[in-house]
Amino acid sequence: MTTATFDPVMIRREFPTLEQAVNGRPLVYLDNAATSQKPKVVLDALRAYYENDNSNVHRGIHELSRRATVAYEESRAKVASWVGADEPSEIVWTRGTTEAINLVSSAWGLDNVGEGDEILISVLEHHSNIIPWQLLARRTGAVIKYIELDEQGRWILDELPHLLTDRTKIVAISHVSNALGTVNPVKRVAAAAHEVGALVLVDGAQGAVHMKVDVKDLGVDCYAFSGHKMCGPTGIGALWARRDLLDSMEPYQGGGEMIHFVGRDESSWATVPHKFEAGTPNIAGAIGMGAAIDFLSEVGTDAIAEHEHKLLGYALERMNTVDGICIYGPQSPDEHSALISFTLGDAHPHDISTILDSEGIAVRAGHHCAQLAMQHFGISATARASIYLYNTESDIDRLIEGLEQVRSIFA
Amino acid sequence: METPQLNSLYQQLILEHYRNPRNKAELEEKSVEIHMANPVCGDEVRLQLRIKDDQIEEAKFVGQGCSISQASISMMTTLLYGCSLADAEILAECFTKMMQGDPDAAKDKRLKDLRALQGVSKFPVRIKCALIGFDALQEALKTYAKEENI
Repeated sequence: MTTATFDPVMIRREFPTLEQAVNGRPLVYLDNAATSQKPKVVLDALRAYYENDNSNVHRGIHELSRRATVAYEESRAKVASWVGADEPSEIVWTRGTTEAINLVSSAWGLDNVGEGDEILISVLEHHSNIIPWQLLARRTGAVIKYIELDEQGRWILDELPHLLTDRTKIVAISHVSNALGTVNPVKRVAAAAHEVGALVLVDGAQGAVHMKVDVKDLGVDCYAFSGHKMCGPTGIGALWARRDLLDSMEPYQGGGEMIHFVGRDESSWATVPHKFEAGTPNIAGAIGMGAAIDFLSEVGTDAIAEHEHKLLGYALERMNTVDGICIYGPQSPDEHSALISFTLGDAHPHDISTILDSEGIAVRAGHHCAQLAMQHFGISATARASIYLYNTESDIDRLIEGLEQVRSIFA
Repeated sequence: METPQLNSLYQQLILEHYRNPRNKAELEEKSVEIHMANPVCGDEVRLQLRIKDDQIEEAKFVGQGCSISQASISMMTTLLYGCSLADAEILAECFTKMMQGDPDAAKDKRLKDLRALQGVSKFPVRIKCALIGFDALQEALKTYAKEENI
């Protein structure tokens, strides 16, 4: 594959899943915000690991274990550089974004949040960045406060000085909204949060996917993200956190690999990041995520971002010509990541999705695990088309045809 | 796999019930009320029945959801007026069988308009939409029986 010019048609040939017909039509996959498809190099990396190097990491004194450990730790370094971490030890492998957030809400939260303390999140959050904090609040007596949304689904920050108090212990916010595609002003909120001494955690499940992230520039303390939304396998993700913060935290789970010395009454912990990685990890997944990062880097993150931005602009323009369409979230592509949340006339989003599916077009329909955001707009569901590097203008044209079909059925 | 036909799914009768649902209101005097939700897709129904002498006198619902779920509940409620509890149970069983693809169940005349939903059985991911009202009905019958010690 060449990287000289960005050609989505060439790129999609790297993805075996995309080369199929669904319901008699070539597949148009626009459900990338749920999970991306996997390029051959990632599938090959998984297979190569299981065929050649399969072994447990950091344990065996033998060749296979050495190779597995090297590949596993090399992947950690790739992930670290993907988000601009100072060192690989700031990356803790998790099952995904959800586990990374739960790790912080448990291991940090239970020791640092008490009765009457405040947790600030936004109405736009995915349930995975709401429920862990509600669980923490229930156990500690802490209070959850919310950043509210305006009519285009943007955070209302005028109230921020009142929302942040000396009781605010943590601010947990998403980089990019999975429900509306809003790119959130994380940097601004992080700076304000630090002024009152609060920790800042970012849900980067939709962020690190489309852009190379610089956690230092964002000025945050923790960044959680998943491999499967960025061409990697499912079941693997990472938490980046400042080294001193990780050092100060108690372990998340107990088990093998996370110990230094085990005694009858007292034990001591391995160093960071292994302290947080109890049990045999998802070795193949970690290696696959490293391969995904190699792939995205080779294609070029700037080229991907430019392609997605252009395609998003095209999609917004074409979709706005469909009679009866209502697009939620920011209307300008500049404030918008590569997904479009919409409703169409009185057709329920599930019906939209079924009709599009009959044309071989995959979109998501439902509340997108963001019921608070749906409630804000007084709706129960939207349909969502989300774009990735392998989508083309002709995918958008097919979507528009499908939406016309929805209109004709629900006319 | 044969491509299921959309026109078998979105029949006019279904769309008509979706747009003008029957019995979509709160029941003032109710013997039993069941709330049923599908957290995956957000379909939601509160089914309310007024029952006297083992007979359903009135059936109403409130809720939200897709055309299939709303049409199914709407059609179901119209058939419940004056229906005995035993017949309501049979109706629910028969409809469930039709959704599982049983061709005999689909011919059962007792289902009346509900037979328009037969095509849903060819769309596996939508079957739960058609069943949510009947799941609520079966739950309501069970709850009522327990409360009345029948």
